[in-house]
Amino acid sequence: MKTAALTVTTPSERELVMTREFAAPRGMVFDALTKPELVQRWLLGPPGWTMPVCEIDLRVGGKYRYVWRNADGREMGMGGAFQEMVRPSRLVATEAYDDHWTGGETLVTTELVETRGKTTVSTTVRYATREARDAALKMGATKGLEASYVRLDELLTA
Amino acid sequence: MKPTSDVLDATFAALADPTRRAILARLATGEASVAELAEPFDMSQPAISKHLKVLERAGLISRGREAQRRPRRLEPRPLAEATDWIERYRRIWEGNFKRLDAVLQELKHKQKKTIDALLDEVKPKPNKKRRTR
Repeated sequence: MKTAALTVTTPSERELVMTREFAAPRGMVFDALTKPELVQRWLLGPPGWTMPVCEIDLRVGGKYRYVWRNADGREMGMGGAFQEMVRPSRLVATEAYDDHWTGGETLVTTELVETRGKTTVSTTVRYATREARDAALKMGATKGLEASYVRLDELLTA
Repeated sequence: MKPTSDVLDATFAALADPTRRAILARLATGEASVAELAEPFDMSQPAISKHLKVLERAGLISRGREAQRRPRRLEPRPLAEATDWIERYRRIWEGNFKRLDAVLQELKHKQKKTIDALLDEVKPKPNKKRRTR
């Protein structure tokens, strides 16, 4: 099966939007995004991490908590609360990491649109402050920029 | 060099605007004068100059020495530092979403099996019918 393209854009100084199509109806995608036993199977980040804790109280005001663990036993936790929950089309949740490296709460809005049995998921990540965004950027900074230079063109013409 | 907040603001802002994205993409292929940059857009030179000022203040582009043309050129480093993070972010999510694809495939397969089993139950059994005849 061909992998669908993932689009990442920055519509404003503090926002990042990811868009991706999935070959499944909306209700099914919504389940995969919100049922702990399903989320634990895919929301793992970089290679080598597992997700031993995944608790989701799926209702407005309900909380969720995720903990990841890598091969060395290092753990990283984060969580937040749902501000909006409209099954199967929309989720708005706050997001904060345990050690506050992002410098504040991030607001994540997820929207699901179904067309002919396929579902487009768009996720908007809004950093609370520009300090929070800067912290997130620094966290991800890598030494080798060559790959970025190569893909710069692609990103700019997206 | 650590990217400063101002550079990051400018980088995100630059990438958010389609004209500025196109200008940066054009400059990624080599330096160009204001007139050359204005040409592909349905925009006046002053309008393009405004975009160039934003990019220049942010340190994303610079001006060449040549007195007549004052060609603009891309300063790729600050931009690359921010886009490097975006790329890393993309790679992590590409991995996540590939696994999500697999989970969805399995759910679809399970759903199909359940539906098939249900249909099988309600379907009249042709063998029995024949026997009762």
